[in-house]
Amino acid sequence: MITPVALRAQAETEATSFPPLLARAEHLAGAVLLGDHGRRRAGLGDDFWQYRPAQQGDSRRMIDHRRSARGDTQFVREREWQIAQSVMLWVDQGASMRFASSDALPEKVDRARLLALATAILLVRGGERVGLTGTSLPPRRGNLQILRLAQVFSKDAAVDYQPPEHRAMIPSARALFISDFMGDVGEVKLALTKAADRGVRGVILHLLDPSEEAFPFRGRTIFESIGGTISHETLKANDLRARYLERLVARKDELRALCAVTGWQYGLHHTDTSAQAALLWLYRALDRGQIR
Amino acid sequence: MTVLGGIGFTAPWLLLALAALPVLWLILRAVPPAPIRRRFPGVALLLGLKDDENVSDRTPWWLLLLRMLAVAAIILGLAGPVLNPETDTAEGSGPVLIVLDGSWAGASRWPDQMDAVEAQLTRASRAGRPVAFLDLSRPEEPVFQAADIWRSRLPGFVPAPWQPDAPRAIELIAELGDFDTMWFTDGLDYPGRDAAITAFEEKGAVVVYQTSGNVLAMSPASYENSAVQLTAIRAAAGPEREVTLQAQGRDPAGNATILASVPVVFGDGETTAQTELSLPAELRARITRFDIQGQRSAGATTLVDDALRRREIGLIAGREDREGLQLLSPLHYLEQALAPNADLIRGALTDILPANPDVIILADVATLSASEEEALGLWIDEGGMLVRFAGPRIAASDISRVDEDPMMPVRLRTGGRTVGGAMSWGEPKSLAPFPERSPFFGLEVPDEVQITSQVMAQPDPTLAERVIAELTDGTPLVTRKARAQGQIVLFHITATADWSTLPLSGLFVQMLERLSVASSSTRPDAASLDGTTWTPEQVMDGFGALSDAGTLPGVPGPDLIAAPAGPDMRPGIYASGDRRLARNVVQADTTLIPASWPAHIPVKGFAVAPEQPIAGWLLSLSILLLLADVVASLAISGRLIGRVNLAAAIGLVAVLGLSQPDTVRAQDTETDAFALNATTEMVLAHVLTGNREVDDIAAAGLQGLSDMLYFRTSVEPALPVGVNLEINELAFFPILYWPVTPDQPRPSAEAYAKLNAYLRSGGLILFDTRDADIARFGAASPNGRKLQDLAAPLDIPPLEPMPADHVLTRTFYLLQDFPGRHTSRDIWVEAAPPDAEQIEGMPFRNLNDGVTPVVIGGNDWGAAWAVTSNGAPLLPVGRGFSGERQRELAYRFGINLIMHVLTGNYKSDQVHVPALLDRLGQ
Repeated sequence: MITPVALRAQAETEATSFPPLLARAEHLAGAVLLGDHGRRRAGLGDDFWQYRPAQQGDSRRMIDHRRSARGDTQFVREREWQIAQSVMLWVDQGASMRFASSDALPEKVDRARLLALATAILLVRGGERVGLTGTSLPPRRGNLQILRLAQVFSKDAAVDYQPPEHRAMIPSARALFISDFMGDVGEVKLALTKAADRGVRGVILHLLDPSEEAFPFRGRTIFESIGGTISHETLKANDLRARYLERLVARKDELRALCAVTGWQYGLHHTDTSAQAALLWLYRALDRGQIR
Repeated sequence: MTVLGGIGFTAPWLLLALAALPVLWLILRAVPPAPIRRRFPGVALLLGLKDDENVSDRTPWWLLLLRMLAVAAIILGLAGPVLNPETDTAEGSGPVLIVLDGSWAGASRWPDQMDAVEAQLTRASRAGRPVAFLDLSRPEEPVFQAADIWRSRLPGFVPAPWQPDAPRAIELIAELGDFDTMWFTDGLDYPGRDAAITAFEEKGAVVVYQTSGNVLAMSPASYENSAVQLTAIRAAAGPEREVTLQAQGRDPAGNATILASVPVVFGDGETTAQTELSLPAELRARITRFDIQGQRSAGATTLVDDALRRREIGLIAGREDREGLQLLSPLHYLEQALAPNADLIRGALTDILPANPDVIILADVATLSASEEEALGLWIDEGGMLVRFAGPRIAASDISRVDEDPMMPVRLRTGGRTVGGAMSWGEPKSLAPFPERSPFFGLEVPDEVQITSQVMAQPDPTLAERVIAELTDGTPLVTRKARAQGQIVLFHITATADWSTLPLSGLFVQMLERLSVASSSTRPDAASLDGTTWTPEQVMDGFGALSDAGTLPGVPGPDLIAAPAGPDMRPGIYASGDRRLARNVVQADTTLIPASWPAHIPVKGFAVAPEQPIAGWLLSLSILLLLADVVASLAISGRLIGRVNLAAAIGLVAVLGLSQPDTVRAQDTETDAFALNATTEMVLAHVLTGNREVDDIAAAGLQGLSDMLYFRTSVEPALPVGVNLEINELAFFPILYWPVTPDQPRPSAEAYAKLNAYLRSGGLILFDTRDADIARFGAASPNGRKLQDLAAPLDIPPLEPMPADHVLTRTFYLLQDFPGRHTSRDIWVEAAPPDAEQIEGMPFRNLNDGVTPVVIGGNDWGAAWAVTSNGAPLLPVGRGFSGERQRELAYRFGINLIMHVLTGNYKSDQVHVPALLDRLGQ
């Protein structure tokens, strides 16, 4: 079980190599909650808002050296951003995510939490509001929110396959779903269509272990889900491989099609590849809205 | 035991379980291998997929076969299989008596015989029959006991060096109940054997076990025709056969060795084979025994006594009258008596003595010159035996008249006496029987021996104990006195027939033999040993090995010759006084008769293939098969994850196994390269101390010295090397520079051996304690103490501070100081011999004729010599110009030292130049 502090430190490390992330705001007028400091000052085109003393969590590149050089205190130059985008995260905490095919690989859920929190850090630095889908943790700004997110991420769910949380979605917000999507695809469909109804666009990150892609099993085998609720016995596991892979491809296609219909983006990530690569993809997907 | 196809089974009913194997096959085949449980999130996608076919649920046939074989091996193993089972099942019941001949004849094949006995014991043990042993050579009351008890006592049976005692054995078994007899015979006939057969057959069935080999023995060696006559005999006449006879003895260093060996051939159908062995007397005298090669028995060994020893006797007559009649020669009878079995030496006494004869006989020699007497006295004191015969000259002389002459046992009266002659009273006297303490005791005195003249002994207090033979009237005839290690014997008569008839009789020869003047070449008969007692010195066991006799009692002389060997008359070496006699197992008249058995008694050989239980092998095989089954089962069920690792491990082991010789070869190559480097050119070397800094400076110092030698002299050294005393060979280096550090490890004993060999073969070690700035020579500093510790095991001669005229001061440069970085004058070298003196007109003493093995100092020369890689001095020496001068002197010392090592005392020899010039001038 990863502790919130360690998770946050790891996520900060992953996030340091990226500049702050500004999620694309599409519907500025109605759908966006007011930012904390928006529109108090005339002259919208001016980016500068204020200098504030540097705090813990600020990266060094954020320090304004011209200002800081005048005194002993280090300052961060904040720009004015009148509006803030809300981004809602959902990380599959189900038992099926607590799986790693070898000791050298991280569990899927670890990777998922890492990516989600790193994204959240980048978003918060960009001044966005980050929260969870559902009612447990609505989007907020600030570094404290990162800590809250980390605390929530460190709790496992008991169920084998957790359905996406789709309640209390803020209209026109952005969303990030990370899961292996091994469970019922109907739930995913429900969540996405509901989100599309509310104008929520987002990103699906399909996170898989390499053994789930390769199916390297032989002989008489009883397969069990991590929670032990589902099992399947076969006498010749290697015979099943082709048909399993077919079904996996079908699952991926289904998700892609769903995304295309609802205007979401679909990404595939494996735990044996670098987390940075996935983070880069997420960064660009949330920044630009679309990866071409 | 049931025998199936040559293999016996102790539990044959278990084999029925083999019938269950096909059933097992069916059961195992029907049961699929156990499934593996895997956690796999993708199971959600698998739901509903069906297996195409049901093939893999059955165990593969080869795995089944493996398991069948394992089970079959277990069943067979538990059934108690025995290879070479004793098929002779007609072993009755009731007690068994195992009879051993137990004589020397079976000693050569004793282990085979014991194996055969053990096999029979095993059978008896299985049949539960009580067993008793009867060793015919050492008969004891047979006791019936369990066979297993006897098995533990088997090693206690050893062959005896005599023949079996059948009558006693018959007495012993007479009282026993019925039993079966297994008779392990040695293959020789002996008295009472037929009666024993009858006695055993009365008690029950008799089976005889006899080896097919022939019994070989050796008759006692004799000396005839200037050669040792050796005879080998065999029991059964057979085809032609060659055996090798060996003469065992001691080499000059006293180690047992084979002095000579000679082949001898038994002709076809012959039972004896004879050969001659001609050996120098010196070699012959060292022989202790003869034996037959490859035969380990008392019979094939014959011990050697005095018979082969020919004494050297010097004969000297006072008057050698060759022109007179032969029979009147004073030495004639002595020569006749002694020539057959002794080497006679004639000549002047001073010529004879250096040959160190055993005995010197002086026949009627009255006076000896002072020098002769002195030499003779020395010879007697060292163990010589002087035998003197009286005669007219002694009777006429004044020798030993008033005072006892050192060369005479008694004082003599003037003139002697004559009895029974024409002009004298009385009858000729005869010999009285010899007294008990006389060496002649027991000899028969013939009547015809008569004494007519003799010299008379003065009645002194010591006379009675010195008389060893006397006449019937009590006058001494032979007297003897001991002198230091030797003895002097005087016959009061002549050695000719002039004064008595004794030299004409056989008694004369016997008396000489008893005095061990003569050793008999023929074996003495029982009568001639009458009255003597012989104590055993060494006795022989059945295998022919000699051991100390310990406290065994002495035996009477006649028994030694005539009595049969037995527990009371053990073969061996017996001694009486100076004489030694060998009692051998096989006498000259012994013939070996092979044993023959009645036709109705079964005779079997020893060679039984021993029963060999193979249950253990089968069970081991089954375990191996089951292990293989474990691996195979894991493999087919997909659980052998470490397959790759396993293969890697096997490969690794193979690589390690193969690479071992390579490292050895690499080491050899390294050693060769080191030797080549050190020997192709002259190389200076320093001892590696383990201190990196010191070693580097030493190497740089030797480099600097090598450069200087190259520039200034014709010595052109190659790059210096560091030497590890433990590993490297030292012999290649003329000099070793050894800087002493307090923490360097002490070399091992092997390294010290190398160092000492190096010093003895002309090497030089320059010890440098490097602390002359703070300490003087001695144990004052840690380096000094370490030096003392290091050098203690070295073979270093006495040392002295380098004298002003030491050759080191002038081998190349003329020097008086030997500075390094320090300028102490405490340099120690090998001390000059104490007798070295400065000769008038010579500048130097004539000192040691070699190179001093060590030079010890503390001036840190290595640091003074040291140069960097581009030739500049590495370390500062002194200050300013005087420092450079000091460095120059340090180099000069180094050059002088190398020159001293390479040229030795060449410059020391220059001390002779004035003398040479002087001679040339003349």
